[in-house]
Amino acid sequence: MLDPNQRVRWIAKPALFATALLPLVYLVYRALIGDLGANPVETINRYTGDWVLRFLLITLAVTPLRRLTGWNGLLRYRRMLGLFAFFYACVHFLSWVWLDQYFVLADIVADVAKRPFITVGFASFLMLIPLALTSTNAMIRRLGAKRWQRLHRLVYLIGIGGVVHFLWLVKSDIREPLIYGVILALLLGFRAWDRARRVPATVASGAVR
Amino acid sequence: MLIKKPADMLASEITPREIYQQRRRFLREVAAVAAAGASAALLPSMAAAGQKIPNVRKGPFSTGDKPTSYQDITSYNNFYEFGSDKKDPARNAQNFRAFPWTVDIAGEIKKPAKYQFEDFLKHFPLEERIYRLRCVEAWSMVVPWVGFPLRDLIRRLEPTSRAKYVEFTTLHDPEQMPGQKPGLFGAGLDWPYVEGLRLDEAMHPLTILAVGLYGEMLPNQNGAPIRLVVPWKYGFKSIKSIVKIRFTEKQPLTTWMKAGPSEYGFYSNVNPNVDHPRWSQASERRIGEDSLFSPKRKTLMFNGYAEQVASLYTGMDLKKFF
Repeated sequence: MLDPNQRVRWIAKPALFATALLPLVYLVYRALIGDLGANPVETINRYTGDWVLRFLLITLAVTPLRRLTGWNGLLRYRRMLGLFAFFYACVHFLSWVWLDQYFVLADIVADVAKRPFITVGFASFLMLIPLALTSTNAMIRRLGAKRWQRLHRLVYLIGIGGVVHFLWLVKSDIREPLIYGVILALLLGFRAWDRARRVPATVASGAVR
Repeated sequence: MLIKKPADMLASEITPREIYQQRRRFLREVAAVAAAGASAALLPSMAAAGQKIPNVRKGPFSTGDKPTSYQDITSYNNFYEFGSDKKDPARNAQNFRAFPWTVDIAGEIKKPAKYQFEDFLKHFPLEERIYRLRCVEAWSMVVPWVGFPLRDLIRRLEPTSRAKYVEFTTLHDPEQMPGQKPGLFGAGLDWPYVEGLRLDEAMHPLTILAVGLYGEMLPNQNGAPIRLVVPWKYGFKSIKSIVKIRFTEKQPLTTWMKAGPSEYGFYSNVNPNVDHPRWSQASERRIGEDSLFSPKRKTLMFNGYAEQVASLYTGMDLKKFF
């Protein structure tokens, strides 16, 4: 028999890992059977971008869900979810620099500098890198919990950056990016509300600091 | 009159080539005489997307580039009236009623008129024009259109001396066109869709009104039953499902100019040297041609039609008049 810890380690986490890979598996499958549509490069870019946003939102949902349900065990999956957001961001970035830009550095630099939606997307991608690098237990210890946490609050900005990146990409129909935006606003809004609720009024008003 | 479906076996396979070609020539000559009248007579049964169009002759200006597949041309569409996803129009336009169809033509002309769709076929012989189409989103296709020069129509209308521009309007019918639903349920543009050309651009021999592609009536998702095609401008200038044509003295305010004045200009000529804020226009991806791992191809000035149209813009700063 496995104890609860082993169950998480040997069953729940591998299952989550495999599940999180399914979007990529499905994309590869569609590519193999030639189901990427008339403009495969655009399909891949949009698809991988969607999954970056989804994994960012799923990761950002861990804390609110934990608070609302009291299920603290959720926290054990947050790192993997966050790393999958980074993984899909890497695939998304690669699909852009390779399939779309064909590694022509001058074009890539020009796009980052001149197209606001790419500037924001690229900046968000860069900000994800230190978070991925400091995701190990050893790095958490080295940084200290406080500093680590402060650094990882960058993910709020990254989430906003991701939604803005999508919003500025679309020409006129903003419904889809708006859905991501509303979910993000709820997840971030919950944190603000939760903090205000838990911190005593004196501290919240700034009397004690 | 009866419309025959194309036989599985080509006529050329059964008949000796020479005789077949003679016959063809004879038919063509007869057709040229009867020309437009004949195709109009065929209309009642022809009035459906995908029907074969008779008596189409080869027109000038066709490119030697390989035409994009029928499948790609009819399944990858920007036609926001039917939704903003490229796959939406093919899905949502299936039940669109393109017939009967009336185009209201007025403004600075001596002969304002309401044209039934059939009238166009009666008056104007149809030609095939294989044109490159360059979307502002940096992809391109090659489309074998069937249509007639817009100038042929304009000449009949006799524009007055005050006619400087031509304004085109798409049908506004949110019941049939779900993208036109108001507010958040729609695709976010001001409907109806309006486009425009300067009169000399409209009179240019390259500019056509198209009623078909690949020898067949236009599928709904490609702008049935009648649309504009201006091959040296970005695709959104080639307005679809036209119900109104106005000749004006003032430059029309187009839908995309209203939506983003800094992004979309009145001219919107394909120009690799003037970037759109969201896309570099220096290169493009040819739909269905380039593999996943091949680089994009260079975009040509005026989409490769510079020889024909550059003179329309002599002395103009194309960065300013984008």
